Amino acid sequence: MAGKTLYDKLWDSHLVRQQEDGSCLIYIDRHLLHEVTSPQAFEGLRMAGRQPWRLDTNLATPDHNVPTTKHERSVGVDGIEDRVSKIQVVTLDENCDEFGITEFKMQDERQGIVHVVGPEQGATLPGMTVVCGDSHTATHGALGALAHGIGTSEVEHVLATQCLIQKKSKNMLVRVDGKLGKGVTAKDVVLAIIGEIGTAGGTGYAIEFAGQVFQDMSMEGRMTVCNMAIEGGARVGMVAVDQTTIDYVKGRPYAPKGAQWEMAVTNWQHLHSDVDAEFDHVLVMDGSLIAPQVTWGTSPEMVLPVSANVPNPRSEKDDVKAAGIERALTYMGLEGDQPITSIKLDRVFIGSCTNSRIEDLREAAAVVKGRQVASNLIQALVVPGSGLVKQQAEAEGLHTTFIEAGLEWREPGCSMCLAMNADKLGAGEHCASTSNRNFEGRQGFGGRTHLVSPAMAAAAAIAGHFVDVRDLV
Amino acid sequence: MQAFTQLTGIVAPLDRANVDTDMIIPKQFLKSIKRSGFGPNLFDELRYLDEGQPDADNSQRPLNMDFILNHQRYAGTSILLARDNFGCGSSREHAPWALMDYGIRCVIAPSFADIFYNNCFKNGILPITLLDEQVDALFEQTFANTGFALTIDLEAGLIKGAQGGEIAFSIDAFRRHCLLHGLDDIGLTLEQASFIKRYEEKRKAQAPWLFAD
Repeated sequence: MAGKTLYDKLWDSHLVRQQEDGSCLIYIDRHLLHEVTSPQAFEGLRMAGRQPWRLDTNLATPDHNVPTTKHERSVGVDGIEDRVSKIQVVTLDENCDEFGITEFKMQDERQGIVHVVGPEQGATLPGMTVVCGDSHTATHGALGALAHGIGTSEVEHVLATQCLIQKKSKNMLVRVDGKLGKGVTAKDVVLAIIGEIGTAGGTGYAIEFAGQVFQDMSMEGRMTVCNMAIEGGARVGMVAVDQTTIDYVKGRPYAPKGAQWEMAVTNWQHLHSDVDAEFDHVLVMDGSLIAPQVTWGTSPEMVLPVSANVPNPRSEKDDVKAAGIERALTYMGLEGDQPITSIKLDRVFIGSCTNSRIEDLREAAAVVKGRQVASNLIQALVVPGSGLVKQQAEAEGLHTTFIEAGLEWREPGCSMCLAMNADKLGAGEHCASTSNRNFEGRQGFGGRTHLVSPAMAAAAAIAGHFVDVRDLV
Repeated sequence: MQAFTQLTGIVAPLDRANVDTDMIIPKQFLKSIKRSGFGPNLFDELRYLDEGQPDADNSQRPLNMDFILNHQRYAGTSILLARDNFGCGSSREHAPWALMDYGIRCVIAPSFADIFYNNCFKNGILPITLLDEQVDALFEQTFANTGFALTIDLEAGLIKGAQGGEIAFSIDAFRRHCLLHGLDDIGLTLEQASFIKRYEEKRKAQAPWLFAD
C-alpha cells in the first residue's frame, strides 16, 4: 500500500465518522471569524436556540471593512464613517460578547487581517484543521495545517457542531525545484504556478507545495503561496512541517508551552507526505526560471513575466479563450502585444492577507528607500496586516521610509484588496496591487488591478509604470 | 432550507467562463447582516451601467441592455446556463443568496468552483455539472428558441425538454438527499453528537494543546 500524503494524514486524524454514502464528518480545531460572513451565522444560532459547541476554538477580529485612516480609527468603532460598515463591525462585537467568543476588537493592538492574526498569535498551528468564512483561509496551510474557506452556513455549522460534513479532495503536488533568482519572491512563485495550472486547475484538489524553493522559503513566504491556492481553484494549499515551521511557532501567545510543546513538536514531525505517497496530479517547475510576475487581465491566471507583452487575442486559437482575452483587454484598457512595462499606474496598494506581513513591508521598503513615488501616481498605500505588524514596522523605522518616499502609512485591515472600506480605485484607474484578485470591479467599480509582489509594487510606485525590480535592487 | 424536487423554468444563458462571486454580488452589498434582499443587486456591475450602492433605489438606475437578465425573453428565469469555473473566487455565500433571491434555483455549467458549489446546496440551489458538449448544445438551443425552458427532476436525475432527449446528471447522494427534503444539516450532525464527543476524548489524549478549557 502506498504511503500517505500530508493531506491524507491531516484528514485521517480529523475524521469523526464516515457515513455509508461516503460523506465524512470532519472535526475542526480552529475557527476564525470576521464581520462580513458571520452575522447571518450567529443569527441562525439564535433562531434555532443553539449554543456554540466549544468556545475556545473560535477567534474573531474585524478586518474587511474597518477604516484604515488614523482619524477614523483613533476614536474607535464610533469613528467609522460608513454607516453600513459600522453596523457590521458593531454586530461582530455584539455577537462575540453575547456568545462569549474571544475577539480582537478594532482598537486591540492584536487586531488585523484574520489570516495574518492567526499564525502571528500561534492560534493556527501545525496539524490543525482551520476554517474561516473566507476563501483565503488556505493561508494557514503554510503551517502544515488543513485549512480552507467556508460559506456562512458552514460557519454556523462549525459554531454549532465543531464539525463539517465534507468529501475528501484529490491530492496534487506542486514541486518547485532549484533556487529563486534575486528579486523573485513567494508572490512571483504562486502567480507563476497559477499561470501554469489556470484558475480552475486545482478545483477538487488539495495542493501540497514542495521542493527546494519551499524548503528555502520563510514561513511568511509560504503563507503568501498557500494564500493564493484558491486562485488556482484549490480550497486547500499546504506545506510540510520542518524546522522553519517549528521555529516560527515557538513562543507565540497561543502556541503550546512546556511539556505540551515538546509533545506537540514530536507529533508535528510526522506532518509531511511519506516518500512513497501517491498524488493524483503532480506539477514540477524550475524555480530558477521564474521571473517577477504581473497580471495583465481580469483573472489571476492572466499573468506573465514583467518582460513580456500583453497577449493578442488574434493569436489565440480557442474561441472562448480569445473572447476572454478580448474582454479582459477591453476592461483593462490595454492593447494586444503592448509591453507590460508600458502600463502606466494610477495607484499602488501594498497590503492584504497575501502580502502585508513584516517581510513584505521590509521588501517594499528596501526598494523605495531614498527614492520618490512617481508624480503620475494619485496614491500609494501601505496597509500593515495587523496592529503587531504595524508596531514591528514602526520599530524598524519602515514607516518613515515609506512616508519619506511619498507613500501613505495606514492602520491594519483588508483595505483596498476588496475595497469594502473607503480605500478603492476610481473607474479606469490602474493599480499595482500586492493583493490576490484582479477580478473586474474587485478594487472599486471599473478599477483595473495588476497583481504583483511587494517589491514589484514598490518599484512600480517609484517608476510610475511597471519595471523589472531586478534592475533596481 | 427550501426543498428542491422538480423545477420547470426559462433558461438564461450567461456565456462567459470564470464568473467569479465578486461579479455575482459585488462587495458593497456584503455589508448587509441579513440573508435576503440581494436579488436586485445580482450581477450588479453587469446589469446596471452605474455603480450600485446598498441603499440605492435600483428601479431608477440605468440598465445595461446588453446583459441577458435585462432581455425580455429571459424574464422570470429560474435556470442559469453558464460556462467553466462558475462561482470562482470569494467564499461569500451572498452569491447563492443573491441567485436565490432573484429566483434562480438551478445553475448548469461544465464546472463549478468548489466553495460556491458547496454553498449552493446549503441554500436550496441545484448546481448541475454537464459535459462541455452538452452545455454547448444547451447554449445553442437557448439562443435559438425564445422562451426555451427545461424541467429539472432531481429525484430522477434528469433534465427534460432539451432537443435530442433527456440529459442525465448525478449529484452526491448525501447532498441530493438533503436538497430533496430541505434538510438542515446542523440538525443531522447534532444527531451524531456522541461520535463527536468520543472523537474529542480520544483527540484530547493525543493532542491536549488543542483543548484550552
